[in-house]
Amino acid sequence: MIDINESVMQFLLAFVVVAPLLGAAAALLPAPPGLKGKSPEQAVLRHGVTVTGAVLIAAIVLALGFDHDTPATAQRMQATTDISWIPALDVRIHLGIDGISLPLLVLTALLTFLCALYSYFHLPSGPSPKAFVALVLVLESGTLATFAVLDLLLFFLAFEMVLIPMYFLIARWGGEQRTRAAWKFILYTLLGSVVMLLGLLLIGLRAGTFDMVALATDNHPELTTSVQVVAVLAVGIGLAVKTPMWPLHSWLPDAHTAAPTVGSVLLAGVLLKMGTYGFVRILLPVAPDGMSTFAPYLAALAVVGIIYGSLACLALARQGAKGDLKRLIAYSSVGHMGFVLLGIASMTPTGVNGALFANIAHGLITGLLFFLVGALKDRTGTTDLDTLAQETGAALYGRAPRLGGLLAFAAVASLGLPGLAGFWGEMLALFGAFDPADGLSRPAFLTFMAIAAFGTLLTAAYLLVVVRRVCMGATSQRESPALADVRPYEFAAWTPLVVLTVVAGLWPKVLLGLTDPAVQQLLSGGTR
Amino acid sequence: MSSQVQVQAQSLVQSVDWLAIAPPTIAAVVALVVLVADLFLGDHRKALLGWISVAGLALAGLALLPLLDGDRSTFCLTGDPDVCSYTADRFTLVVQFLVLGGALLAALLSMTALKDADKDADKELPEGEFWFLLLSSAAGAALLPASRDLATLIVALEVASLPAFALVGIRHGDRRSSEAALKFFLSSVTATAVSLMGVSFVYASTGTLYLTGIATGIEDVDGQLHTLAQAGVVLTLVGFAFKTAAVPFHFWVPDTYVGAPLPVAAYLSVVGKAVGFSGLILVTVIALPSYADVWGPALAALAALTMTIGNVGALRQRPTRAYSAVRLLAWSSVGQAGYLLVPIAAAAYSEDAEKAVGSTLAYALMYAAVNLGAFAVAALVARTKPLNRVGDYRGLYASRPLAALVLGFFLLCLAGLPPGVIGLFAKVTVFSAAVDAGLGWLAVVMAVNVVIALFYYLQWTSLLFRAPEGEPAAHRVPAPLTAAIALTAVLGVALSGAPQLVLRFSDTGLF
Repeated sequence: MIDINESVMQFLLAFVVVAPLLGAAAALLPAPPGLKGKSPEQAVLRHGVTVTGAVLIAAIVLALGFDHDTPATAQRMQATTDISWIPALDVRIHLGIDGISLPLLVLTALLTFLCALYSYFHLPSGPSPKAFVALVLVLESGTLATFAVLDLLLFFLAFEMVLIPMYFLIARWGGEQRTRAAWKFILYTLLGSVVMLLGLLLIGLRAGTFDMVALATDNHPELTTSVQVVAVLAVGIGLAVKTPMWPLHSWLPDAHTAAPTVGSVLLAGVLLKMGTYGFVRILLPVAPDGMSTFAPYLAALAVVGIIYGSLACLALARQGAKGDLKRLIAYSSVGHMGFVLLGIASMTPTGVNGALFANIAHGLITGLLFFLVGALKDRTGTTDLDTLAQETGAALYGRAPRLGGLLAFAAVASLGLPGLAGFWGEMLALFGAFDPADGLSRPAFLTFMAIAAFGTLLTAAYLLVVVRRVCMGATSQRESPALADVRPYEFAAWTPLVVLTVVAGLWPKVLLGLTDPAVQQLLSGGTR
Repeated sequence: MSSQVQVQAQSLVQSVDWLAIAPPTIAAVVALVVLVADLFLGDHRKALLGWISVAGLALAGLALLPLLDGDRSTFCLTGDPDVCSYTADRFTLVVQFLVLGGALLAALLSMTALKDADKDADKELPEGEFWFLLLSSAAGAALLPASRDLATLIVALEVASLPAFALVGIRHGDRRSSEAALKFFLSSVTATAVSLMGVSFVYASTGTLYLTGIATGIEDVDGQLHTLAQAGVVLTLVGFAFKTAAVPFHFWVPDTYVGAPLPVAAYLSVVGKAVGFSGLILVTVIALPSYADVWGPALAALAALTMTIGNVGALRQRPTRAYSAVRLLAWSSVGQAGYLLVPIAAAAYSEDAEKAVGSTLAYALMYAAVNLGAFAVAALVARTKPLNRVGDYRGLYASRPLAALVLGFFLLCLAGLPPGVIGLFAKVTVFSAAVDAGLGWLAVVMAVNVVIALFYYLQWTSLLFRAPEGEPAAHRVPAPLTAAIALTAVLGVALSGAPQLVLRFSDTGLF
């Protein structure tokens, strides 16, 4: 780390949350003279790159300035701001980062920047890019705020803030069936989050505070087990819809299939993380009794999600199933998020660390996968696996070797090859389930672990089938026209993801060293 | 002898605090001034009446300033100065502010509507009468929250309602307008009659009309009169439930809103509701706290029904049907009335009734600002597309980017989703009132309703940003209409940045 003044850190964190909002407002205004660029479209897209770039730099500086060496401070919230906003509701603008939120914050800033960069060169097809940039920026602000705020009601506000921009991104810039998919997305998540609000209010009103830090560290005898059970149920439903947990996942495949590339990347990369982050940040520390009541059910549903997601993918990957690649990746997300939920449900430091690791890994890898599939769609005009592969396979290795190589890399990373990012999170989640927290039934969790381990095999199976059908195959000169290989801007947008996937796989300590102190602190209820 | 008479006179004549009663009085006086001035003004100078009315309402609003301490009351019993008919406490001031502000915005909308109607000889509206009726109704509505005895309450309710019937039917020769007025009139009169009967029952069992007197008197009602008192409570509530357009007293709303001139519909949707719910609060929380077990469940059920039926009604509006925009707003206002009732019902169950009631006030203030804003933009669109279908809003962003953005903001505030931050937090206070009172089931019903409401609000919002059909017709927007839209938009945005401005009422003593 480098030593950065605390007030600079505070400013940076506030900047990270507010700058995209201001940028969104500025994007709607006409460009000032001198920044007009070649055309208004180009100017506004460049504006998007500038703003997200500035936010990314601020997030990186935050990460550099984050003190993870001193054990006492590494557990605590850093760069905190605490201002009263609505005294009537006891809502405070309480911002802060710890080892749990920092990686997600950086991931969000990075993915949004890469998306903005990608859109700058590859204009999204649809209405004016002005609104596109503004919506992406609002989306970024909402996601970053979700990870940065430490007040339950503010968390809810941030949670809701991403709905409208994502709705419009899907409904305006999406592909086929976009209207239906967008409605499904927003109605599911809203229903979930309103129920979540009721749970949050129950916690806050009973405990007398909405402050997450106070709720996590202080002892709140008012939160009896029965209150906790109701609260976990309500909050958990809202978060589970967002995550998504089987059987509340059915909005996800549609939304992913219809969304534009950038929308899919952000949806998979960061929006889903808001759900799992809520589990870790709110439910684990605030309502541990309620959580341990529901942990076996959560784990069971998570495991069902793993198996269900893999089986759905296998079915889609089969020849003649008319499987859509984007839909397939969406279902694979259901499976991957199942591992994250399993780790959380184990309620052990190992499991939760694994969940957080898998969160980041999924963001990187699935983000990359959606970028690649988006690129494939631009080149071939379809994401339908059968149309792509035809008889023998799409032969991407032959027609566009770099693209094919990257796709194979991402698929292999996604199936959890040791040495790449996907491996550690899922393994740690399984470890967590192997030895769950006291009070949880060990035999049940061992069973879950065994089934989930079987799920990794299925995951490997369908991803290899996809690689075989898309990357390999016979190239006949007549049928398959040459495909443009990876373009420079695509390289620029994808390289960071590839590099980080390798780094996180080879050197997991970077991430685990960051999350572990915070997780220990969280699970011990602030007593340490 | 003469000194004795003097003493007697002193004990009979109540002292009047003119400053305390200034807000409704100014509105009433200006109403008379306008009516008289109408006789002496030539046709081409009738617009002056509108400006007088707007100035009068603004003045009445300013008259609230000296009362901000909230400790004045007048028309007190000479024997017992604690029992008063008119109290200007914080509750009164907030509702009066809402009513007068709402009337002011409705007046701004009316100026354009009257001017437009003037150009068309068939549709001409009688300006003097219009302003007189609007101001009298506003005066009644401003009197109502201050009244602390049942007689004044009913009189105020009638002063607020009777001019409203005439306003709805003011378009001479328009069949729809007269039909709407008749529907509104008949159902309203029935409700008033029922609630008068309830008042008489309550009076019979307690022997007093003062709300505080009833509160203490009804606790030791003769056992034989118990049923009478209970029946009285329920019947009294019916009249006010009608005013808030609570189900099953809601059926007049859509037709009345469509039949009435648009500004009048806007006025009814905000001021009419304010009248209803402030009456309900006075009767329930102040007069009948000991009967909370009667009106609590009744209001909770009413709230659940009202929001569900209102939202489902709004959901069923087809965007291609004539006047569907106004119909949608009408049905959605029924749904919003349901949310307003939730904290009042919660007041029955919670220890701190004032806090719960404050949530209603906070929600009502938010609702008034954004709903009037939505009506203002609807009035703007209706100038070029008189059929006012939801479909007519398609592509509004292309022709009027600001109006479209502002309307989108208002609709999202009503839906309670960011960027409408104030709408979100107003809903949060209502939810928290329900959760705090242990009304979990009502909170869940409301949660489902919020999702239903989002569907039609967002459908409308997304229509605004679609590609337009055909060339947009440009026309200049009249100044009063611009002022109304700008005022509501600024209010909405300011409140979104600082929700404490309205939410603080849910945290302080009101009475």
